[in-house]
Amino acid sequence: MTRLFRSAFVIARRDFAATVLSKAFIFFLLGPLFPLILGGVFGGIGAKVASQTEQPVVAVVSSASDFQRMLSARERIAHSIPDSLVVHFAHYDPEPDQAAQLKRLLASRNPPVRAVLTGGLDNPRVTGAVTADSDAVGQLRLIVSDARTSAAVPPELPVTETAVSSGSLAKDRALTAQIGQMLLFFLTLLLSGMVMSQLIEEKSNKIIEVIAAAVPIDALFIGKLFAMLAASVAGIIVWISSGALLIQVISTGGVQSLPTPAVGWSGFLALGVIYFALNYLLLGSIFLTIGAQASTVREVQTLSMPVTFAQVVIFGFASTAVGQPNSTEALAAAIFPLSSPMAMLARAAQDPAWWPQLVAIVWQAAWVALILHLGARMFRKTVLKSGPPVKWWKLKRA
Amino acid sequence: MLRQAQHVRSDEDLAVQAVDLVKDFNETRAVDGVSLAVPTGAIYGLLGPNGAGKTTTLRMLMGIIDPSSGTRCVLGRERPIEAAPEIGYLPEERGLYPAMTPREAIAFLGALRGLPLSEGRLRADELLKQHDLGDWAKKPIRTLSKGMAQTVQLLGTLVHKPRLIVLDEPFSGLDAINQARLEEMIRREARNGVTIIFSTHVIAHAERLCEGVAIIASGKVVFDGSVADARGRLHPIVRLRTRASDGPWRTAIPSTARREGDEFVFELPEGGPEPLLKSLIEGGAGIETLAIERPGLHDAFVAIAGNQAAAAMGTTGAGR
Repeated sequence: MTRLFRSAFVIARRDFAATVLSKAFIFFLLGPLFPLILGGVFGGIGAKVASQTEQPVVAVVSSASDFQRMLSARERIAHSIPDSLVVHFAHYDPEPDQAAQLKRLLASRNPPVRAVLTGGLDNPRVTGAVTADSDAVGQLRLIVSDARTSAAVPPELPVTETAVSSGSLAKDRALTAQIGQMLLFFLTLLLSGMVMSQLIEEKSNKIIEVIAAAVPIDALFIGKLFAMLAASVAGIIVWISSGALLIQVISTGGVQSLPTPAVGWSGFLALGVIYFALNYLLLGSIFLTIGAQASTVREVQTLSMPVTFAQVVIFGFASTAVGQPNSTEALAAAIFPLSSPMAMLARAAQDPAWWPQLVAIVWQAAWVALILHLGARMFRKTVLKSGPPVKWWKLKRA
Repeated sequence: MLRQAQHVRSDEDLAVQAVDLVKDFNETRAVDGVSLAVPTGAIYGLLGPNGAGKTTTLRMLMGIIDPSSGTRCVLGRERPIEAAPEIGYLPEERGLYPAMTPREAIAFLGALRGLPLSEGRLRADELLKQHDLGDWAKKPIRTLSKGMAQTVQLLGTLVHKPRLIVLDEPFSGLDAINQARLEEMIRREARNGVTIIFSTHVIAHAERLCEGVAIIASGKVVFDGSVADARGRLHPIVRLRTRASDGPWRTAIPSTARREGDEFVFELPEGGPEPLLKSLIEGGAGIETLAIERPGLHDAFVAIAGNQAAAAMGTTGAGR
């Protein structure tokens, strides 16, 4: 056993140095910047498009007093739902040729008018690109109705505030759970492609035979997996440090502004680190096994897409634990080894019990060992063309 | 497999022992019942044409692949991987990490076999200097020539001072100077008590270096013994040139004699050279030249493995 881990350490040390000291690692460190930049760019475009298209403008052709009452009614609605979701008004005094005015307003580009409300509060009529059952027409009905009643002052409703309630705590913790899961998913997603191509270098350099003759194949797999984990942890330390610095510079509050997890922040962060490692090791050991079957970089690239989709499916399964940690789906996600780390991190945010966490860690670690062992056997069988047929139920040493 | 192997007890004098090794790749039998016994401290050659099963046999002995049946015992261990720290192995397909420096590569190969990295670096510096590669010690391997890279890998095979060195076609790809260096290195290691097994399809190397050889053809060992034993299977060869083209002396040479230019070539008859000479002289042959040659390993190989296997070895027998 000592030799196994010593050999794994030799492999891991070489791989870690080769990864971290390469120029490509700088691009790896810059990796998280790309989604942020893309998010910023597309978010900005999306916001602009939304601001232009999601706020229908209704031209109101009426007297000034009627329009003022309608505007006040609109403001009262905009107090209870976001302003952007309420129809916007543009006022126009009635003209002698109403038909010509109607036609001109519907053709207006500044502002882009969706519909025209004519007839004032007494005899309102809507003309435009809207249907009778649309949200915009529904809102107009409410606004006209409200504007017609003179005593449109909302009743007093005294409010006594408390810090938290069961409903708010559950909702907040679900948010923490979701953020924790998302982080775990994206960090692991970044690494899967790299893990899959780990053995290509040895195979293409033909050094695999020297290694296979010198160390157990299990040691090769363990070494490669932990080297990648160490490299990714190095990357995460850089990212977290940079992120913390950025938050310190541009914002206040940071992590404290997030809802407190059920196990507390220190426990949650410790579990986050452990579950990241286990999530990576579980998925990584499978991807390493799959990647080990590939002979060329092209084959690895072909395998990348189904593997990414599989990860998304697993993430979707694990996300059932958010908000309802004791549901059947959530328990299944916690038991299924590949979704267990993400599901259990979500549980840590919502459930203060520690024993399920400890059981889950042991369970996941056992699966890492099992998958690595089977992966090494499969590698010997399919790549080195050696050993007996793989019998999954008979786990004797490869 | 292990239960079967328990009856195999490694003799202290044997560095490697293999009994009835068989390896099947799907429907193809690559190795068919190979048995070997390599004495400790010997230089032992595996001879055979390409595809004979030499590499597969060595890979089974190194534990890279498991035999379909049969047993092996390497340095007293039934699982070769357990003896890995005491073995140096140079595979047929050479490979190193191109971005690594020779110094680090040698130390890494040593570390795989249990040598501490710091000690490996010190020994690497020493070995590289000995082989005139000191100036290249800290340059990436991708900048080295193929021969240099091959030397680096060879040094990585030796750095941990193994008791058993296994070299698969070690001479291929080396120029004449490096081949001579490698031969010298093999002799030096053997003098230090290291057992060396190497495979080759170049008979000349085996003839110059090996005390024992196994000739493998079509996955089977067709001969296992000393080079002298192999040669001893053949009678000496007589090359005779005469002034007379015919006469009573012709009865003195066997009917199987063949003509090579002006010479008659035939095996020395049972009686030895004296009766032959007497008959030739008395028969009026008019001997111009008569040479008695000891058969080379190549001749023995042809006799043992057959002409087809010899042809598969190509022209490499020229070194006989």
